Amino acid sequence: MSNLKTLDHAAAAEIFIKDEARTDWHDDTLWFVRQKRDKAVHGIAEWEQLREWASEIKNHTLSNLDNYLIAFEKQAEANGIKIHWAADALEHNQLMHKILKDNNISRIVKSKSMLTEECHLNDYLKKQGIEVVDTDLGERIVQLRDEAPSHIVLPAIHLKKQDVSETFHEHLHTEEGNNDPQYLTEAARQHLRDHFIQSELAITGVNFAIAETGGFVVCTNEGNADMGAHTAKIHVACMGIEKIIPKTEHLGVFLRLLARSATGQPITTYSSHFQKPRSGQEMHIIIVDNGRTKQLGRADFRNSLKCIRCAACFNTCPVYRRSGGHSYHTAVAGPIGSILNPNLDMKANADLPFASTLCGSCSNVCPVKIDIHEQLWKWRQVIVEEGYVKPEKKIAMKGMAWLFSNPKVYRWAGKSGRWFLRTMPFLGNNKLNVWYKQREMPEAPKQSFHDWYQQNKNK
Amino acid sequence: MSSREKILATCTANKPALVDLPQLSDEHLTHYDDKIAQFKLILEGIGGKVVALENIEQVKEEIAIHKQSGEFVVDTVFNTDDALKAQTSFDLERVDRAYLQATLGVAENGSVWLYEAQMGNRLLPFICQHLFIVLDKATLVDNMYQAYQKLQVQETGFGVFIAGPSKTADIEQSLVIGAHGARSLTVYLV
Repeated sequence: MSNLKTLDHAAAAEIFIKDEARTDWHDDTLWFVRQKRDKAVHGIAEWEQLREWASEIKNHTLSNLDNYLIAFEKQAEANGIKIHWAADALEHNQLMHKILKDNNISRIVKSKSMLTEECHLNDYLKKQGIEVVDTDLGERIVQLRDEAPSHIVLPAIHLKKQDVSETFHEHLHTEEGNNDPQYLTEAARQHLRDHFIQSELAITGVNFAIAETGGFVVCTNEGNADMGAHTAKIHVACMGIEKIIPKTEHLGVFLRLLARSATGQPITTYSSHFQKPRSGQEMHIIIVDNGRTKQLGRADFRNSLKCIRCAACFNTCPVYRRSGGHSYHTAVAGPIGSILNPNLDMKANADLPFASTLCGSCSNVCPVKIDIHEQLWKWRQVIVEEGYVKPEKKIAMKGMAWLFSNPKVYRWAGKSGRWFLRTMPFLGNNKLNVWYKQREMPEAPKQSFHDWYQQNKNK
Repeated sequence: MSSREKILATCTANKPALVDLPQLSDEHLTHYDDKIAQFKLILEGIGGKVVALENIEQVKEEIAIHKQSGEFVVDTVFNTDDALKAQTSFDLERVDRAYLQATLGVAENGSVWLYEAQMGNRLLPFICQHLFIVLDKATLVDNMYQAYQKLQVQETGFGVFIAGPSKTADIEQSLVIGAHGARSLTVYLV
């Protein structure tokens, strides 16, 4: 939603990195998760084979998506599940609201679903006077703080235990200054158990939906999706159309990749396979498009629909780690979010493909082999062509293009630049130079590579 | 046009040319010389306990002891109790210990598979305070590929792979066992 955006990525990141110690801590914490991922991956000899299979299964599924969706719907309905289709976020929210109204529901629990975040479901329902309780611990923490998750797997990764302690003291009346994670988690357990036990309707996401059987799989470590879904008389699962896989046996590939890529675990604690509602229960699935079919038609960006939301690309990204998830101003942050969001709203998210070093680390860790950094680079070209960059950047880029295509001028500019940096460094090291921000200027060499080569090529 | 028709029509128009599905096979995957040792190594690494038993009578005795001491014990290994199905979250929230039989275990990731029928009630393995799983060690498979070859997921209303106790690291990446579900998981290998 473009109207929610107030700052672009660079401006928001500038605020985040003002607190240097916290930035370093955020960077280290996510790098720790990335290292756990590496350790888990290196224990699997067939890792590259699994990635290849996962990528091929997803390529195949996207090339037959319409038929798989139809097959899934048919099987799920035969299993007694009610299927709804939503073209966009608003329709998704309206469908949910209708189910709540029709059944006169007031006590709702939700387990983590990035799709409902993408659709801003909580805000929508709040405006209708309906409160949804998020039950994933990290999500509950950010919900109490009236914030959005800053990471798709670790929603409260930007917070320190002191922050959580203060939030819980305020809302759950825990002991002031008690920062012990065990104590705080226990408080949340008791608080949320009451909500689970009384819940009338549970909302979950969908990690994988199986076309062949009409069933779906939800993965959690806390068991919160199960606590909600098996208690409530109505279970509503929300899925993007890209969550489909053809057969149950393909889960054997994806479940091996997902948790290892996400947190370095061999598998999530609970991998729950929902097939039919229990006796007396209603089960609904809302199948959501919200721009996905459009992305399917963009050959350069179609691959992004293969994403299984493990967040490995977040944890490895040097820009994400040092700018924080909120600076991306979208439900899905990080490298993958920077590909998905310009598809939803190119103007509002034109800044995101530029929030990358294009180092390629994201593509290297991606368990389904999405060419993330290449797509970021392609988006930059589209965005510049469509005119969604700031005028100063446009002028600078045009200037650079002219400079690079005129070798004589380029060499003269290089020479004078080096001379100025050596003799009058203050000309470079000042606030007017945006390149100097949060960065030391390099020491200028006496000679360019070109001159050195000319001198040495015949030696 | 309904949203359903619109979504499907756009999919049809925008999808790329058909790509083949890969052929999965077990021969590319790791097999373990000692599946029991691997299962134990992984499950204990993620917070579970593995206890090898001489015979299943030992579980029976343990259940009897805890029942006698007044704990709320639910056992579907030796007793099939139809009343369990109808119990609500208000009833089950008081369960201290649940004893369930699993169908198979996976050496590669330390998980066990349970069908709905083995749970008695879908909520039970999640809402109980402590979970005890009885597993025939002959059912251990190497990896998830083999597991899905053996399971009939679509034959049941609900099924789950469980790997360890409920946990979270949402507060500053400190691992805490016992988030919402069971505070401990013990697997009895028989």
